[in-house]
Amino acid sequence: MLRRKLLRFLVVLAGLMAFLPQARALVEININKGNVEPLPIAVTDFVAEGDLGQRITDVIAADLKRSGLFAPVNKQAFIEKISNPDQAPRFDDWKVINAQALVTGRVTREGDGRLRAEFRLWDTFAGQQLTGQQFFTQPDNWRRVAHIIADAIYERLTGEKGYFDTRIVYVAESGPKNDRKRQLAIMDQDGANARALTNANELVLTPRFSPSRQEITYMSFEGNQPRVYLLQLETGQREVVGNFPGMTFSPRFSPDGQRVIMSLQQEGNANIYTMDLRSRTTTRLTSTAAIDTSPSYSPDGTQIVFESDRGGRQQLYVMGADGSNQRRISFGDGSYSTPVWSPRGDLIAFTKQSGGKFSIGVMRTDGSGERILTTGFHNEGPTWAPNGRVLMFFRQSAGAGGPQLYSIDLTGYNEQLVKTNGFASDPAWSPLLE
Amino acid sequence: MSRIQTPAAGRLQTIARNPVMLALCMTLALAGCASKKNLPNSAGELGLNGAGAATPGSQQDFTVNVGDRIFFDTDSTSVRADAAATLDRQAQWLQRYPNYAITIEGHADERGTREYNLALGARRAASTRQYLASRGVPANRMKTISYGKERPVAVCDDISCWSQNRRAVTVLGGAGM
Repeated sequence: MLRRKLLRFLVVLAGLMAFLPQARALVEININKGNVEPLPIAVTDFVAEGDLGQRITDVIAADLKRSGLFAPVNKQAFIEKISNPDQAPRFDDWKVINAQALVTGRVTREGDGRLRAEFRLWDTFAGQQLTGQQFFTQPDNWRRVAHIIADAIYERLTGEKGYFDTRIVYVAESGPKNDRKRQLAIMDQDGANARALTNANELVLTPRFSPSRQEITYMSFEGNQPRVYLLQLETGQREVVGNFPGMTFSPRFSPDGQRVIMSLQQEGNANIYTMDLRSRTTTRLTSTAAIDTSPSYSPDGTQIVFESDRGGRQQLYVMGADGSNQRRISFGDGSYSTPVWSPRGDLIAFTKQSGGKFSIGVMRTDGSGERILTTGFHNEGPTWAPNGRVLMFFRQSAGAGGPQLYSIDLTGYNEQLVKTNGFASDPAWSPLLE
Repeated sequence: MSRIQTPAAGRLQTIARNPVMLALCMTLALAGCASKKNLPNSAGELGLNGAGAATPGSQQDFTVNVGDRIFFDTDSTSVRADAAATLDRQAQWLQRYPNYAITIEGHADERGTREYNLALGARRAASTRQYLASRGVPANRMKTISYGKERPVAVCDDISCWSQNRRAVTVLGGAGM
């Protein structure tokens, strides 16, 4: 899938139509409210040859539904059948089934074999078109077109960027617990198009996406030398990051994609280093007789949050990007680990261990305002959707045999199993695809 | 502890045919029970290697008669008194058979996060290496590697398993850093 040329979509605003969306939409969702009443939306089958239109709209409806912000109306209830998406729909037919928003569209094949997908989003109560766009792509990219359209709908109705045209890299796990095989794998955020990136011969852990390239960094035990690697997704090319005299682990990219930050283990201590990927120079940022690990940059690159047991238990600390001004920010009961800075910059997500339970939570970057989103036998390793609204993590229930991926809204609502083929852990969300 | 019964039962049958060995084993068993914690402290106690007599200086000799692993308390990396006894035997054995290099594998139980447990396993391997070095094992014969919580030997979801997974295993040969 990745070997195919990374798509270049022509995005054309279809502003040529008669229904100009100048007025402020009546339909909108305030996603900052906490528990949101999902917005009823009718996603009609796109007019197309064969079942392609239906397949695309099914993906769009599934994306919107999974977000918890939309309630796609059952197609059985539709009164009007959309046969010409260039015409205004009969708004009364949609209002009567309480579809506050309506999606119509068409998929055609261009002379050169490409697909042309166009859609319109309507506010049925205002009787207005809210947006309309068209995209061109290769036929096997039809799922991506669907995700891009879902993102456009999400953005138009919530005022925030979507996150559907994204991927998840994770560790696929198979086999019994005492002989577990682990492979890096990648899939679309809805679980489709899953494929392995490494074979099962070597232990691999903690993959993380580059913010700027089709590249991941991860840890591998290849050759019994546990170290941090880079993997180019399009070519499969791998390389070791740096030449360190010990185990390197817990890697993550800087927000500009030019550095990898990670821990280096020497004897009983782990300290945090960065390596500049262009100059190959390494910089040591922490220097303690403790375990300093799980570093994560703020989105502006000026600060780093990490965990350390320098005070006795694992707690969260923040420092400047040069290692200056290291200060503890977590002070609740229990221990805190795997901090990840939100892409919006305002929050830090973490794993918390307390009272024999493992929780996923968020706090402000100064440590205040802690909120626990989910608690149980074992929840670990949050990752943020690129819009900072949704988190994914892995959970192992007692007696379950292995971990699985879950997503949850920042509000703590809408927890959802992310289906994978077998056990899965260590999810990392990609940026929105280019 | 059900997992130790199969090999142990087989061994008991063999032993029962030899009263002298039976008496000896009972003495050892009592000594084992008197130790401060009711936790296994060697592969032999875990029943990982059922066979009785091993060729002196062999891998089996090391695993069964010396004990190839020690266990740690929760979140601790210090060598317990019972573990120190095992490491003392390992040091003596390694000095008697100087042709062996070793790799010390550090492990954590699953009740922690992945990255931290990698470091915790490394710290356990390091404290084990330091102890062996203090008992005369040359540093250049020892390597370490940490597998964090990724290689458990006991797989249940309670403390009886977690206590067996918090371990450092001395592997003859092996590969580490």
